Order: sequence, then C-alpha cells, then structure tokens
Amino acid sequence: MPSLELHDIRKAYGDTLVLDGVSLTMEACEFVAFLGPSGSGKSTLLRIIAGLETPDGGEILLDGRRIDQLPPGERDVAMVFQHYALYPHMSVRENMSFGLRNARVAREEIEARVAQAAHVLEIEEQLDKKPGQLSGGQRQRVAIGRAIVKQPKLFLLDEPLSNLDAALRLRTRVEIAQLRQRVDAALIMVTHDQAEAMTLADRIVVMNDRRIQQVGPPMEIYARPANSFVARFVGSPAMTLASAVLLPGDGSFARVRLGDGAEVETRVVASGLPADAPLHLGLRPENVTVTAPEAGTTKAKVELVERLGDRTLIYARLADGLEVTAQDEGDSRIRLGDEIGLRIDGGAAHLFGPDGAGHHAEPAA
Amino acid sequence: MRTPGSWRRFEGYAFVGPFLLLYIFILVYPLILGIGISFHRADLFGARQWVGTENYARLLADPVFHQSVGNSLKLVLLIVPPLTIIALALALALNRPTKTAAVFRGIFFSSSVLSVTIVTLIWRFVLTPDAGLVAKAMQALGRDPIPFLSDPNLTIPALAITTIWWCIGLPMMLFLAGLQQIPGDIYEAASLDKASRWTTFRRITLPSIRRTLILVVMLQTAAQLQLFGQAQLLTAGGPSGTSRPIVLYIYEVAFGRWELGYAAAAAELLFLIVLAVTLIQYWAVTRREPER
Repeated sequence: MPSLELHDIRKAYGDTLVLDGVSLTMEACEFVAFLGPSGSGKSTLLRIIAGLETPDGGEILLDGRRIDQLPPGERDVAMVFQHYALYPHMSVRENMSFGLRNARVAREEIEARVAQAAHVLEIEEQLDKKPGQLSGGQRQRVAIGRAIVKQPKLFLLDEPLSNLDAALRLRTRVEIAQLRQRVDAALIMVTHDQAEAMTLADRIVVMNDRRIQQVGPPMEIYARPANSFVARFVGSPAMTLASAVLLPGDGSFARVRLGDGAEVETRVVASGLPADAPLHLGLRPENVTVTAPEAGTTKAKVELVERLGDRTLIYARLADGLEVTAQDEGDSRIRLGDEIGLRIDGGAAHLFGPDGAGHHAEPAA
Repeated sequence: MRTPGSWRRFEGYAFVGPFLLLYIFILVYPLILGIGISFHRADLFGARQWVGTENYARLLADPVFHQSVGNSLKLVLLIVPPLTIIALALALALNRPTKTAAVFRGIFFSSSVLSVTIVTLIWRFVLTPDAGLVAKAMQALGRDPIPFLSDPNLTIPALAITTIWWCIGLPMMLFLAGLQQIPGDIYEAASLDKASRWTTFRRITLPSIRRTLILVVMLQTAAQLQLFGQAQLLTAGGPSGTSRPIVLYIYEVAFGRWELGYAAAAAELLFLIVLAVTLIQYWAVTRREPER
C-alpha cells in the first residue's frame, strides 16, 4: 500500500507559480529526498504536505486518507525544522511532550515515549535543560526526538543538516540513517546537498523550475539522468556538457563530433536520437582521463588543478573554448598551463537531445 | 602635544559628556538638592531652616497624605492591569502585515502624542454629567446621567479610563515589537503539535514576550504612581481629595502652601514607593525562572 500520494499539486504566490502539477507516490516506509536548488519549490512542497501552506489545487493522501483539507496537527505527520523551531522557554522534556499533551495522550504513555526517544538519541542528560543550553547537534536531536515521540506515519525533514558544521553533519547523517531504521514510517527530506540525498534516500526526487525533473534511486539518478539539468545538478564536480554533432554512420551506436573536431564513439543507441539536431555530450570527470598530448581523443590546456589526495581534478579548456573536467591520479604531476591530451571514455558518455532529454549508454552485453 | 593614545582614552567621554552634564544638572543635582530640602523648613523664596526628620514625621501622620497615597495605589491598580491586557490584545490583533492593521496601529498610537491638556479636554466632553457623550447616551436610554467627575466613587475610575485611553499606544507598540521577535517557525511547530489557539497563546506567545510584559508593567506602574495632569485638570483632586494622587498633593503643598521642605519630603517618599514597588515586581517575576 502506498504511504504518501501527491496528485497534481499546484501552488502559486500571486503571479509566481512555484509548483506546477507535482505528482508522486511513496511506498510504505520509504525514504525520499527532495533535491533541488533554492527556489525549485521543494520546501514549498514539503510545507504543503505538512499543512503549513495550502495548495491551490491537487490532492494529498497519507495511507489512503485524504489529508490536504486537515489542519497540520491532524495529519499524522511530524516535521523537523531547518532551524529546529524548539520552544525556547520549555525544557527538552516539555518540548518533546508538548504535542502528545495537546493530543491528550495519557501521562504514563508520554513519559514512556519521551524516555525511550531520549534514550535512543542519547539526550537523557539534557531532558531538564532549556534549548538555549544545548549545542547545535543536541538541539537537532531534540528536534528529531520531538518528531519521534509522536509516532507519525510520515516524517518531514527540512534541510536537517544545513545548520551543522562539517563534522557534525556527517554524524547527524548517520543518525538520520539510523532514524529510518527505528521508525515504522515514511520519511521525506528536503535538501540541496546531493551527497545527503545520495547517501540517505531510497529514492531521490530531483526538482527544478517548479517541477519534478526525475524520480529514481540514487544510482539511477546518477547513471541515467533524465535530462541535462539532473545531469549537471547531481554529481560533483558537475558533468561536462559539450555541444556535439551526430555523425552519419551505419553502426547502431551514435558517433558524435565535438566543437574542436574530436570524434567520440558512444554506446548510446543512434536510432533513438533526433536526426540533424544539435546534441550535447555529457561527460563525468571519471570518464575523461589525462594522457600525453598526442595520445588522447583530443587536446586541452590546463586551467586549474585540484588535488584531492586520492585523485586530482583537472579543469582544462579545449581548442574551441569548451571547459572540460577530467580526472587524474592522486599523485598527478600536471600543472597549470600544461598542454595535455584527454582520453574520453565514449562508452560511458551520455547524450542530451535539443529538449534536454537524456540518452544513455546501453549496458555492455 | 597629545598622543593619539591619550586622545583615544578621552574620546568616549567626549561622546557621553554632553549628555552626562545635562543628566547631572537636570536630574542628579536636583535629586540631591531635593533630599537636602526635605530636611529643612523651606519656602519658594529661599528661606531654609534645618528641621531634621520633622517633615517626614509630619507626613507619616498626615491623613491627607495617606489619602493621596491610597488614591495613587488605587489608580495604579485600576490602570495598569487593564492597560496591559488591552495593549496586549490590540497588539495581538494588529500583529499582521496588512495595510488595515498599519492604519489601526497608527490610530491607537495617536492618542499618545496628545498632550494631557487635550486628553482631559476630550474626556471632559465625554464624561461631563450635563452635556457629555456618556450623559447623552444615558439620557437616550432613559437613565439619569452618571456624575463621573463629582461622585467620590467614580472620580478615580474616570481618571483611570482617561489614562488608559491616553497611554495605550506605547505598551501596544512594545508588545508589537516583542511579538515580532518571536520566530514564525515555532508557531508552525506548535500547529504541527496540535496546539489550540489558547494553548499556543499561553505556552508559546506569553512566555516569549515575558520580558516585554515585565517591562510594560514596571514602566506603567512607575508612570501611573506619578499621575498628575489628568487629576489636576479633570477633577482638581476633588471632591474632598478623593481623587488627589500623590504628585497633585506634592504640587499643592509646594506651590499652593509654599511648604517646599514638606513637599520635598513627600516627593522623596514617593520616590521610595516607586522604587519599592518596581523592585518587588521585578523580584516577583524573575525569581521563579533563571534566565537562560
């Protein structure tokens, strides 16, 4: 049985359309991440599900029950806010039990649930403190605890990691991963950080420009991006998109020519591509490697070298001015200004049609 | 030649200096002078005769002074609680970003910019028993007009109503400022926590503006203990002193009976009363909960 169903959700602020017919179905206990740049509508969608915003059209069902007409407190959802939104004058214990008291849950039951949540989140020592006396990470856990005790059917997490420093972010990421193991509920997390979405979610909903661009498991989003936006947005550093022309040929796979004349043999089925239309060749850094100047697919000049330890990222420019990101060994000796050769692994390349739609390599037989 | 270092040391004083001078001459010096005068028999022409604590002893036995202290306390009790509640209610109602709310904020604040003379004039038109607005309304209902300004039981309520109307603007603005400090997301969290409107007000809003509430009550208590103009202009303290607050008593003693030393002693006692009341309030509201 599906847990959350969104049907054709629409929302506008005045003349500004922020959500244009969004539909989505979540499985029971599924963890879905809404991923997208700011202004893509992902937070608005989350707030509409929570009941903090009213959609202009569409339906929301949770476990088969229509909830979009209900007030937030009646929807069986719990939310962890970006800035935690803890009640500053209440103790941690009061913060966590506030919702249950309003729902008239029996006192013993409230105490048991708070104690249980405090135990798993390791905030038992903090129960009688005020939020102002806690560190950022502790506040985050109280906010999660406040959501857990309500035993909702759906958890909503609004950018849960964005306020934490790098070390704490990794730890909290682990905690959120554990949270989904502990709770018998579906989770939605809004994030603009693709690493969070990739590591935590069962499925990612990539949003941009008021619409869902692609829905799929993380690796599918990465390996088979539905369009050039998803291709550029997911993956770091971003995929290089190079203008390319389809070459006539009798092979079943497409052969394209780049702006500087280099030719690349892909494993994208040629028959699916629009004829005579400008294409873009999509190349992830790991599919472009550095060679001697004459040995590669094409030549380039190095503009920036990023040494990451285990690998080195080379930002280079082709003769026609196109910027390409390539990857080299961790101990690469390449320096700024070097003339290098680039070997393009056409077998892993993607092609994007004039409408941006993605065409991907057939898996090798 | 002055070095930059030594200039820096005096730079701060240069900024606070003008204010400090004014403060000393207008407030600190008269305060000390007043304490001095209160131990003298003094008149307005400068005659001084040391009498020790005689003025204070006389005051503590003076039934007219007692009556004025009682009147002032009654006024505070009749003004501060309703003023605070009405100001808070107005602030809650007008704490929204609409044009209408802005217009009403302006209207409710506008009474505060009027001088006490205008305010009492307006309320005289309303309260006067022969031709006032209230009297006309009562007549229309077939009742006798209410003698607000001459019935000893009604003069203090009449003063209280006038004062509340006059003073509502500032506390309302303070509450609005306090309400706007509350982050919106805790209200959203409360709505997800199924909190009713009343629970939200009692558990979220009220604790969040606790400091503003303390400030308003303390400021208004101190201000209304010093209520003067309305009483002088509306009832002149009458009938038979039933609406005479402390400051009006001090004024009459100093400038009517020319007993400057005696008036100064009464002023010092008022100072102590204001100090004590505000300190007790502060202690009462802060002792329970240590600030985070």
